[in-house]
Amino acid sequence: MTGPVEDNASQDQADFFTGDGGNALIASEKGTPAKRMPAFVLGEELADIAETDPRIAVMTADLASANRTIEFQERYPDRFFDFGIAEKNMVTAAAGMAASGHIPYAATFASFLGLLCAEQIRTDCAYPKLPVRLVAHHSGISMGFYGTSHHALEDLAMMRSIAGLTVVCATDAALLRSILRTSVDHPGPMYIRLGRGRDPDVYDAPPIDFRLGKSVRLREGSDLTLIATGAQVHPSLNAAEQLAANGIEARVIDMHTISPLDAEQIRAAAAETNAILTVEEHNITGGLGSAVAEVLIDCDRLPFARHGIPDEFAPVGPPAALYAHYRLDSQGIAARALELLQ
Amino acid sequence: MTRETTDRNASMGRNVSVDYLADRAKFVRKETVRLSRIAGAGHYSSTFSAAEILVALYYAKLKIRPLEPNWPDRDRFVLSKGHAAIGLYPILADLGFFEAKLLDDYTRLGSPFGDHPDMKKVKGIDFSSGSLGHGLSIGVGFALSARMQSRDHRIFCLLGDGELAEGQIWEAAMSAAHFKLGSLVAIVDRNGLCIDGNTEDVMSVEPLEERFQGFSWNTRRIDGHDLGQILATLDALPPPGVGPPTVIIADTVKGRGVAMMEGALNWHVGNLVGEDYDTVMKELDAGLKPTTWEHSQ
Repeated sequence: MTGPVEDNASQDQADFFTGDGGNALIASEKGTPAKRMPAFVLGEELADIAETDPRIAVMTADLASANRTIEFQERYPDRFFDFGIAEKNMVTAAAGMAASGHIPYAATFASFLGLLCAEQIRTDCAYPKLPVRLVAHHSGISMGFYGTSHHALEDLAMMRSIAGLTVVCATDAALLRSILRTSVDHPGPMYIRLGRGRDPDVYDAPPIDFRLGKSVRLREGSDLTLIATGAQVHPSLNAAEQLAANGIEARVIDMHTISPLDAEQIRAAAAETNAILTVEEHNITGGLGSAVAEVLIDCDRLPFARHGIPDEFAPVGPPAALYAHYRLDSQGIAARALELLQ
Repeated sequence: MTRETTDRNASMGRNVSVDYLADRAKFVRKETVRLSRIAGAGHYSSTFSAAEILVALYYAKLKIRPLEPNWPDRDRFVLSKGHAAIGLYPILADLGFFEAKLLDDYTRLGSPFGDHPDMKKVKGIDFSSGSLGHGLSIGVGFALSARMQSRDHRIFCLLGDGELAEGQIWEAAMSAAHFKLGSLVAIVDRNGLCIDGNTEDVMSVEPLEERFQGFSWNTRRIDGHDLGQILATLDALPPPGVGPPTVIIADTVKGRGVAMMEGALNWHVGNLVGEDYDTVMKELDAGLKPTTWEHSQ
């Protein structure tokens, strides 16, 4: 789909940002109808971890309020550094800290981390195998009408081609907590990709058996498999429910780790279900779909399609409208799945 | 020569003579010529301009323990102009970080020693470098870590002058002053030339003192080949606590020590073979003579 957004109806949906409006299965702690914004847990979780681990340091580039690292700053001002709007310096300084025994978490918009600092990530973090944690939030098109400068639709392709860099996408707040807890003693650098950081809940709590590189089967089905990552897992689950209403049972996999990829899970889906559709908020060139295709090339032939952003720059629009435009809301994913099966 | 009596695992900060350091600078230049021939190419002139700075740091000033290369309280050295590594490797070998004969396979397949240094492969290298413009930010990270760990070592960072055109240098300079990283000492090897010509013709970096002062740094300007001046400047550094960082702008001559290379553009990367090799080795053996080349500032 190209060209201007013609249907602005989705701009009026209840959830301005996810595009999934009233259909969103936003879990609520107390079981109340969930309309509240999920919490951005980054700063709080890192501060909790830092309580018992003096190696943790946090830095951002003039976004402490936006990404809530301010909550870390309030509790550990001596281990927090705001680098101002100088992302490359932040990433390289983080590498220096990591070489000195610290575990630095550097957080900023994905567009200015994965794209602007790609070379610093490769040369200063990955090449020396240092435990730098790059927290890239507001990835994909989640910045909506801020436009292409603030979109990140290429970062997975770039990051997953860097040797030894673990690339993982946080599905929701609970999974982000799991990722952060696991990250502390993970060897080598990590690129941790978040959506808006306030994405609708998929998990009730951080899964205790969470492992990097081990995907999660969230729903069973044999007609097709939806392999999604990050903020696209939630609408994919909703899409599976809509497909079920049409008599189609979809397996849904949360492929949170893009590198190293859970090839075993992909091969199982190829063997046990009739089709595979990848769903990602990323250019379909080089991202999750490409990574899955690299595994499938060695499997028996089966219907396969990559669903994501086509090879173009996204138009301006409210995030919800953009998700609808690219059929990355649950209705769009379900429709794309039906096309694949026909 | 006091080298044989040096306790190689003791903290440095040694009393060595200027004559001894001059001999070590000669050693650095000769090793650069020898290793370049193994590789078939080398960054002669960028290394020659930094020879006195490197030996003053490593043989006289840096707190290091060659037999304990990861000693947490050691002074750090970031070779931001990573292409001068060919001059640093022989020093590290000479001090006992690794066996000197390992250098005989310099840049051969599987060697730990490439044109740019790899901290994961070479003991004594505090950070990998090669991509210009990154080193001062590494220094900022080192200094912030030292502060969080309540350590009082210094962080020295050797920058090229052409490298100062990289924007990240000035991001790092701004942050070092903002965070009051008094433990950070940048040294600019101001040899006047980048690959395409005089820095002031290609992308002017002057007035350097005013620029760093504008970023709230302490500045010193010295003759980067005068070992006495280098030592005196390093000895007079402010204490490494909370305060402004310091930059030492060391005026040097690119290619210093070999007449045909001094101030010459065509020796940034080269290869000396045959008679040229022998002639240059003899010239280096004879020691430094006054240079006839002076770069414009």
